Amino acid sequence: MNGTRTGLLSWIDERFPLTKLWNEHLAQYYAPRNFNFWYFFGSLALVVLIIQILSGIWLAMSYKPDAELAFSSVEYIMRDVDWGWLIRYLHSTGASAFFVVVYLHMFRGIMYGSYKSPRELLWLVGVVIYVVLMAEAFMGYLLPWGQMSYWGAQVIISLFGAIPGIGEALTTWIRGDYVVSDVTLNRFFALHVVALPIVLLGLIVVHIMALHEVGSNNPDGVEIKKNKDEHGIPRDGIPFHPYYSVKDIMGVAVFLFLFAFVVFFLPEMGGWFLEHDNFVPADPLKTPEHIKPLWYFTPFYAILRAIPDKLTGVLAMGLSIVVFFFLPWIDRHPVKSVRYRSPLFKVLLALFAVTFVFLGYLGTQPVYPILSELGLRFSELYFGFFVLLWVYSRDRSAGVFWTTLLVVLAVIGVIDWIRFDPSKGTLMMVSVLIPVVYFVGFLVLPVLTRLNESRPVPERLTAK
Amino acid sequence: MTTPIVAFLFLLVPVASLASSPEGVPLRSAEVDITDQASLQRGARLFVNYCLSCHSARYMRYNQMAKGLGLTEDQVQGNLMFAADKVTQPMDVAMSSNDAKRWFGNPPPDLSVTARSRGADWLYNYLLTFYKDDSPHRPYGVNNLVFKDVGMPDVLWKLRGIQVPVYKEVTDEYGEETSVIEALELQTPGLRTPAEFSRDMRDLVNFLVFVGEPAQAKRHQVGLWVLAFIILFFIVSYALYREYWKDVH
Repeated sequence: MNGTRTGLLSWIDERFPLTKLWNEHLAQYYAPRNFNFWYFFGSLALVVLIIQILSGIWLAMSYKPDAELAFSSVEYIMRDVDWGWLIRYLHSTGASAFFVVVYLHMFRGIMYGSYKSPRELLWLVGVVIYVVLMAEAFMGYLLPWGQMSYWGAQVIISLFGAIPGIGEALTTWIRGDYVVSDVTLNRFFALHVVALPIVLLGLIVVHIMALHEVGSNNPDGVEIKKNKDEHGIPRDGIPFHPYYSVKDIMGVAVFLFLFAFVVFFLPEMGGWFLEHDNFVPADPLKTPEHIKPLWYFTPFYAILRAIPDKLTGVLAMGLSIVVFFFLPWIDRHPVKSVRYRSPLFKVLLALFAVTFVFLGYLGTQPVYPILSELGLRFSELYFGFFVLLWVYSRDRSAGVFWTTLLVVLAVIGVIDWIRFDPSKGTLMMVSVLIPVVYFVGFLVLPVLTRLNESRPVPERLTAK
Repeated sequence: MTTPIVAFLFLLVPVASLASSPEGVPLRSAEVDITDQASLQRGARLFVNYCLSCHSARYMRYNQMAKGLGLTEDQVQGNLMFAADKVTQPMDVAMSSNDAKRWFGNPPPDLSVTARSRGADWLYNYLLTFYKDDSPHRPYGVNNLVFKDVGMPDVLWKLRGIQVPVYKEVTDEYGEETSVIEALELQTPGLRTPAEFSRDMRDLVNFLVFVGEPAQAKRHQVGLWVLAFIILFFIVSYALYREYWKDVH
């Protein structure tokens, strides 16, 4: 038995590098031994991808990409297709789960400085994956052809219309029509089920290859490759398989429990995963009272809506996503992990997470003056995070901190001067305290106190 | 119905919320239970008698309804199926959409997934709060507290009776005196007492929630087994993890 297996394996190995690939990527890929909770989300993203591809294939067997039939075909899947409801809920929950997992995965990268040298390219590929995933989710959301599908797509596509000169022509080109219509539905279906998944799969392969070339970062931000034994194996590394394969399987079990709980007991997630208005068939003649994208886009949507001028709003929203591409060059602090960075940096990072979540909440709310005002202030904090990240990225003189503070406050002042509206005067005066306190705190404390001093990074990994 | 007319305070609406936005009316909880098959059956009877002549539920098939309600196909065919020939047919209406447009201005919406878009509580309150409104712009002489100026006539008035609004003078946010509806009062009793009618409407909403997603009951049932299996899977994977990681220090 064993003889045949080895025989077969060597037969294959002479023709295809099976054992070589297995060893390079699993059995002899040495990963740091101190991965914590945050390191589950990479493999979980892969699990969700598989769920999405499989459930998507089965959905496509019964779905009809036709403006007359799309809504009904989804309801037929829910009712007349055997286990169709399960397939559909796996896919709709999977979409949200994908973003949950990817956001946590990205936050892990920011926490432990995983985008820093030598992993810049790994990070860049990751951000491209994220952007493609957004496009994939956006196009998939049109397919059920409910009111939110339709009007959400209408609003997002119309954003391209803000580009001077070519804007209007561009939106018509994207839709294939003057409004979102059957043509749009058909092309979004093609892109959603063929084009973007292929791109996504290719990028994920590149992402993993880049990871295995440079090796994994870890919660200490220490390079394990700098300390190898006589066989050239990192002293703090353990083979991915079996150690992390069994550990990740455990993570998958926990994830699947939560995932299945939503699929079977809360598939709408109170309107967060499946919006109530999307159970009304798309009606081009009836604009819903309150159009909002699904939760994973709302932080950016809040930034868009916070700015009264359309073009500036679109640019700010674009920048809020594009800025992630520049992260490796904005933050070049030699200490990678948040563990050894300064107390102020820890607070800064925590506040960024709060800002992102709060903007996400604002993006789901109807437009009230006070909420729009908060949206603008928290957008200022959002971009402020990257400014401070740059300022903190090495030891700087007091002059740099003071100058930055002056520039930032001047920018905030100019923005308020441009958008000044006497009827909101008091609101603006009070809310300006949010960014002022934020920037004064983060730019003055490093000068006056020792709160921005990093701790020494150990030579080897610490215990978990 | 010889009971004296009792002032029945149907819905205590907080002051001021009504005049400006009818959407602001607090909803009474429908408290439906889709596992209560007797309630679903009563709801189905009301639905086919009072709703199905104008509103379709075109994604729902009669035989699918039979399964969910714990009835045989013959029972459904004999008691609940007046608008179709075969039990495999969907619950459609005979009224053409052109007629519907002429008679109601808008064709009455399909109710297959209305419980999912509006929610059970909204439907329940909508069905309970039709009231008499004699203003000339109301073609059927009724209005509704949660759906202001709705196009639908009060088809359930025989069961409900006739409700009239009780007004109250309040000062609105601009400091002006306006009258708002404080409550609805039963003026002429119907065939059902208010308590019976509320229960009827709960049954009807329950049925609509079922129609919104017929697989719900099965989903919950299967879900428990899936979660139980995943827990077992977790225990095994945890044991495996501990075994392998013994030698990592």
